[in-house]
Amino acid sequence: MGIRFILMVNKQGQTRLAQYYEWLTLEERRALEGEIVRKCLARNDQQCSFVEHRNYKIVYRRYASLFFMVGVDDDENELAILEFIHLLVETMDKHFGNVCELDIMFHLEKAHFMLEEMVMNGCIVETSKANILSPIQLMDKAH
Amino acid sequence: MTGMRGLSVFISDIRNCQNKEAERLRVDKELGNIRTCFKNDKVLTPYKKKKYVWKMLYIHMLGYDVDFGHMEAVSLISAPKYPEKQVGYIVTSCLLNENHDFLKLAINTVRNDIIGRNETFQCLALTLVGNIGGRDFAESLAPDVQKLLISSSCRPLVRKKAALCLLRLFRKNPDAVNVDGWADRMAQLLDERDLGVLTSSTSLLVALVSNNHEAYSSCLPKCVKILERLARNQDVPQEYTYYGIPSPWLQVKAMRALQYFPTIEDPSTRKALFEVLQRILMGTDVVKNVNKNNASHAVLFEALSLVMHLDAEKEMMSQCVALLGKFISVREPNIRYLGLENMTRMLMVTDVQDIIKKHQSQIITSLKDPDISIRRRALDLLYGMCDVSNAKDIVEELLQYLSTAEFSMREELSLKAAILAEKFAPDLSWYVDVILQLIDKAGDFVSDDIWFRVVQFVTNNEDLQPYAASKAREYLDKIAIHETMVKVSAYILGEYGHLLARQPGCSASELFSILHEKLPTVSTPTIPILLSTYAKLLMHTQPPDPELQKKIWAVFKKYESCIDVEIQQRAVEYFELSKKGPAFMDVLAEMPKFPERQSSLIKKAEYVEDTADQSAIKLRAQQQPSNALVLADPQPVNGAPPPLKVPILSGSTDPESVARSVSHPNGTLSNIDPQTPSPDLLSDLLGPLAIEAPPGAVSNEQHGPVGVEGVSDEVDGSAIVPVEEQTNTVELLGNIAERFHALCLKDSGVLYEDPHIQIGIKAEWRGHHGRLVLFMGNKNTSPLTSVQALILPPAHLRLDLSPVPDTIPPRAQVQSPLEVMNIRPSRDVAVLDFSYKFGTNVVSAKLRIPATLNKFLQPLQLTSEEFFPQWRALSGPPLKLQEVVRGVRPLALPEMANLFNSFHVTICPGLDPNPNNLVASTTFYSESTGAMLCLARIETDPADRTQLRMTVGSGDPTLTFELKEFIKEQLITIPMGSRALVPAAGSAPSPAPPVAQPPSPAALADDPGAMLAGLL
Repeated sequence: MGIRFILMVNKQGQTRLAQYYEWLTLEERRALEGEIVRKCLARNDQQCSFVEHRNYKIVYRRYASLFFMVGVDDDENELAILEFIHLLVETMDKHFGNVCELDIMFHLEKAHFMLEEMVMNGCIVETSKANILSPIQLMDKAH
Repeated sequence: MTGMRGLSVFISDIRNCQNKEAERLRVDKELGNIRTCFKNDKVLTPYKKKKYVWKMLYIHMLGYDVDFGHMEAVSLISAPKYPEKQVGYIVTSCLLNENHDFLKLAINTVRNDIIGRNETFQCLALTLVGNIGGRDFAESLAPDVQKLLISSSCRPLVRKKAALCLLRLFRKNPDAVNVDGWADRMAQLLDERDLGVLTSSTSLLVALVSNNHEAYSSCLPKCVKILERLARNQDVPQEYTYYGIPSPWLQVKAMRALQYFPTIEDPSTRKALFEVLQRILMGTDVVKNVNKNNASHAVLFEALSLVMHLDAEKEMMSQCVALLGKFISVREPNIRYLGLENMTRMLMVTDVQDIIKKHQSQIITSLKDPDISIRRRALDLLYGMCDVSNAKDIVEELLQYLSTAEFSMREELSLKAAILAEKFAPDLSWYVDVILQLIDKAGDFVSDDIWFRVVQFVTNNEDLQPYAASKAREYLDKIAIHETMVKVSAYILGEYGHLLARQPGCSASELFSILHEKLPTVSTPTIPILLSTYAKLLMHTQPPDPELQKKIWAVFKKYESCIDVEIQQRAVEYFELSKKGPAFMDVLAEMPKFPERQSSLIKKAEYVEDTADQSAIKLRAQQQPSNALVLADPQPVNGAPPPLKVPILSGSTDPESVARSVSHPNGTLSNIDPQTPSPDLLSDLLGPLAIEAPPGAVSNEQHGPVGVEGVSDEVDGSAIVPVEEQTNTVELLGNIAERFHALCLKDSGVLYEDPHIQIGIKAEWRGHHGRLVLFMGNKNTSPLTSVQALILPPAHLRLDLSPVPDTIPPRAQVQSPLEVMNIRPSRDVAVLDFSYKFGTNVVSAKLRIPATLNKFLQPLQLTSEEFFPQWRALSGPPLKLQEVVRGVRPLALPEMANLFNSFHVTICPGLDPNPNNLVASTTFYSESTGAMLCLARIETDPADRTQLRMTVGSGDPTLTFELKEFIKEQLITIPMGSRALVPAAGSAPSPAPPVAQPPSPAALADDPGAMLAGLL
């Protein structure tokens, strides 16, 4: 089914955003996030962006203090997901202007709105930044 | 969203927490606060509700259980204003799952939003259903969602969500999408201009075609069109190009959809697609910009997969291999990783082994890469590409890597090395070397299966025994050895240490002292093995060595009162036995050879792959039609097929010698016979009762299990009763009788199937021996328990069924070999009394085993010079019997000839001068008769195909009678329905008058074969 979850975690290992597209219990999420974060944070820049974990493949990318991690099925196109992460970051940049960890923390709802426009049921819905951001902009205008 | 101050304050507080404990306290306080508010404030303002619900989501994200307030979140869905509604939808889809009761309460509101006119509400509702909608949503909403998706008045922003919403509903209930009506609509959807809608629709298509590609074949050219539009024409709005590349995600999706169609038939579509693929393969350059580079390579790798899937254009395939060869040696780690991964996939798809082998040294370099992700890919690729030619190199690399590999990889590494060593060993001594090295280097990661296996090999190969013994002895000189090494060397030296007696340091007493040094270091389960070894050493010391005897007796004495029962029992028994002299020798004689079976290692690996590896190709492979259960041949992917032993009829040109020749010796069995799997029995052996022979050997000496013997007489009589009439609580799939009859004429197929289990059978026959394997596949996702399989053998067959496990795990298949030996001619049938429990239901079935008389026949074609002297030599009853058979199923002569050939009674064309007659010959094998020539003649009446005269002869009266009856059954059997088994005259001996009655006077008059008849 493609994307199973999207995590944003800072380099201290604190989760800043978690969106799952398959149901996991809280215990399972905690365990999974702990294991993945340990694995990804231990890696350096010379290593590839893919980590195999249980039956997932984690495609991850680091931006300053923040790690973006996407859990996908084993047969997903890894590079397409890697660039999808970048598209997400660019979209956030466009909205927040050079997005940082605090933007995501304090505007969790907006981060969720953006993701909601980009991914649904584990599949990519929209890749045009303008289309992704238009509902949020409409809402901001209303205020 | 501005102005949720309380939320910002809470987030700041959390952020300022110094440690996890402080965070927990703050969270608990907030949860208490929210709970009180929800309870006390009868009328919460939407603003407050919204704020609290966001806090709940935040707390949930931090990993704390939020077990209240779900109702409040759901209730926001019905708020009239967008901001509240939006929060309600988003938080609900994060906190709840499809089985949540509150969600069901919201179905109506959600539906109203979907069919309402407010498109922003529509989007929210579609997204929620798309993310967490369950079966009940699928049933009530599918038509509405489909309508939205194809509506021309609906804007793209709604339709793209409708597409993915429908995908969810389809997954929850495939009936939500009606194939007939939807295929055309789906094809139309792919003409869409809007790329958002197109991207979502392509995802929907992938799900639909993966389920049923035939129905959606009209979408295939549309996918190619999309690719042409994007990759060739670059006909895409600016906002959908990503670093100059037209939506790489849509390109990837479209190519993925194409990989679910087996082939592309239409030449022009094909040509168009190959042009696009060629453009992608040739036109993707490495560029400086990372994002652009990644995006273009994402497309390139998908194109590679598609080309491999189509496996059509030789030229393009070699381009792909060349590209992959380049990728696996670049510095960029992502590309290298993907190069290795795709090369492994390529191995599974097509035959490019030789080209990939050229890159072996490069791949081995990647096995030493600092990045574990890359090392894993390299390991998988090496494992996949290994064959006889490179096994030595690859396995030695794996062994070398083992010493430095991280713990998380060692187990997998040692298992893979052991399997490769076993599958592709150029010689067995090398195999022994590898396994001993494995144990030496990574003893903790070497499972019992691995060392059991090496013991089996050594036991079954006499040539190997001295070598293995001396190797085992060498390892004992090492200062610290792994306990598994103690076990395996103790076992081998106990059995074969005496073969080394002349070598220095290898006398029985020396072996004893070096082994005994290890005893204080080992754990309880190893001690019994050492005790057995001591007993064997003692037994092999001829003439007896009183000194050694004293020492070993002292050990036995010491453990006589050991608290561990196993140790105590062995100590006591060995001590007593060793005083018995010659009897001791008998009991402790060398272990007999193990019955051949599939390596439990390979099975283990297959199981691991089944559960873990869900690669695209594997999934796609599963979509190809297959009779997986029965025909899944557990052969190594790229190994040589196991040698197929065809019994050679010695002197088959001379029928007399055939008739005289005794049954063929079994010959040496190949050591790796992946076709004959069974549960590993060695573990029993090395556990309690270690001095007994392997079960296979035991049952060869006895006549089957005792309990079964007792009932066999009764079974004899009942074997021809239609056993399939049973009152089972399950619905049978297929007719058992038909399946049985089909299996009488072929050697593999399904014997039984119901909704829970499928039992397949695969058989090999040689002389009077047969080896069947029962494949029992659990079709469910829950285990089948109390599985019992008992063979009720008729008196003429000796049957030995390997134990069937009590439980069959979900989706698993267990295999149970059944050895059959034919003692004398008989048409009786063995019955498998099979039962299992599914939940609380007990299902049982009595199934006839297709070990019928014809399975012990070998086709044999004679010339007239061979036939007639034999025919003449059989002088009449009881060796030669004739009967007029009526009520024959009318068959044209060639059809009848085929029927005879199908049960191995070979028609010898042209022998009988009358074209209406058939003459046939075959060889029958049983223990009592040996190989026995059988001859038959069928005289048909072209005027009345329902009757014929049949003459059968052989050197054994019972055989003649049984074969005649068997042929008669075949001729009058209508292989439909259960009654087939009880032919009118089948069970009573010779009911039909054995008087030679010509079918009709007319036929007799001009029967040139009368000459033949005259010879009777």
